Amino acid sequence: MSNLSMRCASTERRKINTNATRLVKSNAPTAVTQGGRQRTTSRGRRTPLHIVAARVAGVEIPNAKNVEVSLTYIYGIGPTMAKKIMTNCGVENKRTKDLSEDELTKLRKEVEDGDYLIEGDLRRFTAMNIKRLIEIQCYRGKRHQMSLPVRGQKTKTNARTRKGKKKTVAGKKK
Amino acid sequence: MSRSVWKGPFVDFGLLRSVVKNQKKPSKDPLKIYSRRSLILPEFVGLEVEIHNGKNFQKLLVKEEMIGHYFGEFAPTRKLFVPKEKKKNKGKK
Repeated sequence: MSNLSMRCASTERRKINTNATRLVKSNAPTAVTQGGRQRTTSRGRRTPLHIVAARVAGVEIPNAKNVEVSLTYIYGIGPTMAKKIMTNCGVENKRTKDLSEDELTKLRKEVEDGDYLIEGDLRRFTAMNIKRLIEIQCYRGKRHQMSLPVRGQKTKTNARTRKGKKKTVAGKKK
Repeated sequence: MSRSVWKGPFVDFGLLRSVVKNQKKPSKDPLKIYSRRSLILPEFVGLEVEIHNGKNFQKLLVKEEMIGHYFGEFAPTRKLFVPKEKKKNKGKK
């Protein structure tokens, strides 16, 4: 099956759009379509036209960007890893939608069966680490428990990422 | 930044000595540790220790998962901040 890439003429947006969806449904998991690139003028009016993109490593749906960039949408893959993956499987860096089926499978194989900690595994890994720290009740574990900064930052001000949204204390000294 | 590997783990010599002594002839009292900067080695597992936090000692049973951490990590030196309970001002002001 060849790669389906579509570009919509502005007058025919609707039509092609529905067309594309149908096509995608019929060749479900491997279809690579790009439903045009026009912007919605006012938000929410029209549903965005990102219909389907390549799937690598489960749910990842990188879009009309360079493969190297779209790979970084996978949790656990950054720019460096993406570059490494590209060189390892010898796929040329181009837009994701222009990838052929072969190249896509190659990429998938490299990402999924390669030696990378990504997605669920990585999330589990970090969660386990934090759990361990909490279990042994070391300083870092306690900080995690209290959801305060772990690495010695100040908490008199800021630290809002860990502490969450500001809670105003009533009757605090004027 | 983490410690260079070629240096090996850091353990205060005095602590090592007392641990070895303790293992030869176990004493009833838990080992008192002032050296918070020492790494917990696999040999220390199962030891009951008391770690100085600057004021008094905190008990700790060394477990396997603690290997690679420092003793100091298990005895916080600061008092936990607990918000004051609200005073109930009845009547006057």
